[in-house]
Amino acid sequence: MSNDHDHHDGNDDHELRVSKIRDGTVIDHVHGGQALNVLAILGIDGTEGEEVSVGMNVPSDRLARKDIVKVEGRELSQDEVDVLSLIAPDATINIVRDYDVVEKHRVESPDVVEGVLSCPNAGCITTGDEPVTSRFSVLEDGVRCSYCETIIREEIAELIDT
Amino acid sequence: MRHDHLITSKQLSRGDIETVLDYAAEVDADPSALADRHAGTLLGLLFFEPSTRTKMSFETAMKRLGGGIVDMGSVESSSVKKGETLADTVQVIEGYADALVLRHPKQGAATMASEFVDVPLLNAGDGAGHHPTQTMLDLYTIRENAGLDDLTIGIMGDLKYGRTVHSLAYALTNFDTQQHFISPESLQLPREVVYDLHQQQDGAGIKEHDALEEVLPSLDVLYVTRIQRERFPDENEYQKVAGEYQIDAETLEAASDDLTVMHPLPRVDEIAPEIDETDHAAYFEQAHNGVPVRMALLDLLLSDDKSIEGGSDE
Ligand SMILES: [Zn+2]
Repeated sequence: MSNDHDHHDGNDDHELRVSKIRDGTVIDHVHGGQALNVLAILGIDGTEGEEVSVGMNVPSDRLARKDIVKVEGRELSQDEVDVLSLIAPDATINIVRDYDVVEKHRVESPDVVEGVLSCPNAGCITTGDEPVTSRFSVLEDGVRCSYCETIIREEIAELIDT
Repeated sequence: MRHDHLITSKQLSRGDIETVLDYAAEVDADPSALADRHAGTLLGLLFFEPSTRTKMSFETAMKRLGGGIVDMGSVESSSVKKGETLADTVQVIEGYADALVLRHPKQGAATMASEFVDVPLLNAGDGAGHHPTQTMLDLYTIRENAGLDDLTIGIMGDLKYGRTVHSLAYALTNFDTQQHFISPESLQLPREVVYDLHQQQDGAGIKEHDALEEVLPSLDVLYVTRIQRERFPDENEYQKVAGEYQIDAETLEAASDDLTVMHPLPRVDEIAPEIDETDHAAYFEQAHNGVPVRMALLDLLLSDDKSIEGGSDE
């Protein structure tokens, strides 16, 4: 990460807190406190033996405090990255191969997320025992259940279906 | 586009609505002309919530088209009570019937059910969600009495839980209408609905109020809904607001002589019976319009040679 020249907060002493990875994905510039939700939304809980490093509330130039998540041995798909945008809209994704960042991109909002969030409306058909996958359309400032049409603007992370 | 299901009034364009209303007017003029049109066709009625009126109106409409009905019966006596999912129920009844009518207490039920069936499915009310066939008969009644463009309409009562209100408000954004929403603060339109109305219209046509007097003189139509006592956590809160949203002959002195008063029924005490005899009252006519409008809708959805696709403005 020492060739990461558009900011300086990933270097030097902070780097010590979150070890470098050889091959995998670094999710940087996650809003402070959201790292565990990032793991949840990606379905990573460590039970599959994944090697994961998490830095929380690390000082940052761009965000006052940021979280950083490094997943060894796994390159995130675009779909996964898109879903991250719901809780980490400023995140940058670095794909690392042999200690080098080979790809770097920002997250982009998808139009729809399926099977990721559960609807908070107790009166929604998706909250019962129906064989239906949750589906939310993504708005500029929130998400909306495709079934009951409830709009959620805050605390989207709490709806993550884990 | 051609609609195979009727789930929400949001899916309907102005052209769609006009197609249905024009056809309903033809049907209304001579209901017997369609007496054999759907002989042998069966309509499945799935009412997971009691509704005598809507159910009977669909039943009448289907029989007047020459078809028959298969009725799931009450939830208490059905397999639903044994825990069968809605998804399973609709797939079973789809095997018996040529179209389905669904009333369900959960929001989004009709959307979900429509993903499991190939026959046309009509949403007859899903929780606090939508009730598009009611909206069609409301629009039909409004058009007959006051026209749909250059219209000022007041919609009053429980706007929070009133699915008929939400459906109607969406549909009216297709026309040149000014909509005034009148309710106690605790029963205002859900923010979702306000959001949608602003998306569909620029917002200029939508205003919220807590008192009828503010707008009554300017109204062409006043659509009244019931404020349900059970929505209030305590009786005192209910008593405080209830009286302000009831209308009688005295209230209407401030209204235009041409004001049309509507109500999806059943009413309790929102509209004094003395108004029934006046030219203002359109609520019984509104209820009767349910049959020709549903005949028109069913015929459009069940026929290969017809469809709801006015579509001129799509
Ligand atoms: Zn929902």
